[in-house]
Amino acid sequence: MKALSIQGLAKTYRNGVQALRGIDLDVEEGEFFALLGPNGAGKTTAIGIISSLVTKSAGTVSVFGHDLDREPEQAKSCLGLVPQEINFNMFEKVFTIVVNQAGFYGIPRRQAREQAERYLRQLQLWDKRDSIARSLSGGMKRRLMIARALVHEPRLLILDEPTAGVDIEIRRSMWEFLRGINHRGTTIILTTHYLEEAENLCRQVAIIDKGRITENDRMGNVIRKLNQETFVLNFRDPLTALPPLPGYDARLVDDHTLEVEVSKERGLNDLFASLSAAGVVVVSMRNKVNRLEELFMRLVESGGAPQGGAR
Amino acid sequence: MNALTATRQVFGGSGARVRWVGFQTIVLREFSRIIRIWGQTIVPPAITATLYFVIFGSLIGRRIGQMDGFDYMQYIAPGLIMMSVITNSFGNVVSSFFGAKFGKHVEELLVSPLPNWLIVLGYVAGGVLRGLLVGALVTAVALLFTHLPVQHPFLIITSVILTSVVFSLGGFFNAIFAKNFEQISWFPTFVLTPLTYLGGVFYSVSLLPGWAERLSYANPILYMVNAFRYGFLGASDVDIVKAFVVTVGAAIVMFAIVVSLMNRGTGIRD
Repeated sequence: MKALSIQGLAKTYRNGVQALRGIDLDVEEGEFFALLGPNGAGKTTAIGIISSLVTKSAGTVSVFGHDLDREPEQAKSCLGLVPQEINFNMFEKVFTIVVNQAGFYGIPRRQAREQAERYLRQLQLWDKRDSIARSLSGGMKRRLMIARALVHEPRLLILDEPTAGVDIEIRRSMWEFLRGINHRGTTIILTTHYLEEAENLCRQVAIIDKGRITENDRMGNVIRKLNQETFVLNFRDPLTALPPLPGYDARLVDDHTLEVEVSKERGLNDLFASLSAAGVVVVSMRNKVNRLEELFMRLVESGGAPQGGAR
Repeated sequence: MNALTATRQVFGGSGARVRWVGFQTIVLREFSRIIRIWGQTIVPPAITATLYFVIFGSLIGRRIGQMDGFDYMQYIAPGLIMMSVITNSFGNVVSSFFGAKFGKHVEELLVSPLPNWLIVLGYVAGGVLRGLLVGALVTAVALLFTHLPVQHPFLIITSVILTSVVFSLGGFFNAIFAKNFEQISWFPTFVLTPLTYLGGVFYSVSLLPGWAERLSYANPILYMVNAFRYGFLGASDVDIVKAFVVTVGAAIVMFAIVVSLMNRGTGIRD
């Protein structure tokens, strides 16, 4: 069964900005789905329409077979949303926020309190249940939004950049948690700026750019398309000239730093062999930009699927 | 069947049950808010009412003498109670709903399966609760200054609830269009306060010159104040049936407008 089916979804804002230009998207039940795209691509608008926070200009959305226009109550009951921006009442207590949200989904008070306790415990917030929400740290606020979104046991959970601004330890514990609920049957759609996050969690990925879906494929297939990356290497000793690096497009950024384009076909072995032969000692190496950004840049440069090979 | 599916089946109640629980939750949240910030919601109207009774009722009222056959203090008491109900019903909904828009937690309701008409009803119930709470408090203050007979208790209850509903809806309407905190004070300042003061709270419109009296009959608050006063004193400047028609009509029209605006997403959805 399709957890989400979108047909011809379009959105033009009053200022004339076309955020979505007729997208089609299906997400199967049980899927862990990544919706990726650069800033302003239309991800948040799409999520806003699916979760009834933004009015669409055209198209249809159905959640587990319930059309959002014809059966809004059934469709919305299946959905849980973790938005990008904090959107709970900062002056309410943590426990109250989660219990009230359960109430808005028709869960009676006693059960709502049990559910709230269950998810606050799972997200390590139970000790903070009587705290005023604004006193929580950034990571705790994110986890509170996840607990709130899950309290009514949605069949489809949508997370809009849930780990933005969260430290690595908390991010990894959130990944584990999300993997667990997906394993137990909840379909998850995730937007993120971190390709590593999508790679770690998601099996299917759609890439949205300028309001259009430009890729919709298994995660492995998309990653394979990213067959060229830019690496930055740092040297122990200063260099006055670039050593010979046959087959690589490289340039010295300064006397201790080299920037080099590496295709997957070519690999890194020859690069290190050439550097060793020249007596250069590499002390560190990193990707020049976030791999997701690299993927987007190559998408934009090629006007479609990312291309490989040295420039 | 896994644990999640089982839980979903437990929660998957009928639409009516989901709505009823959702409505209760909104009302409970509104009531908690009123109590949590009692220093802003309950105390100021009681102090204002006390000052009105001391200045207009006790000090100036003594020199005015009688109005429509009643002590001036007795005459203005129902009007002052109604004025506090109107301003607090309006103020509760406008500040709560605009606050929810401003803080974005209105999204908690917009993503939920609750229909817009129910969300409006929930906020209106909150406004009515505060209106009645403050109204009861101001009545208690009034009884410290004067005796209030009760001629028609049913009229008192129905007119105060209907009026509170109308102005709670007015607060919702204002909150929908407000884009900043300044704009939630425009309607109370430029419309509500003048209409309330000119709505027969402090005087009988029969004292006004002909044109002003005729103009006063276009003010809906005049009907609400007089229906309420009639319940206590048995005296009114307007026909009571007409007063109820005006109030019920205003409530129905306001509800239809507000729900229609919510359905269109005005002020709440991009």
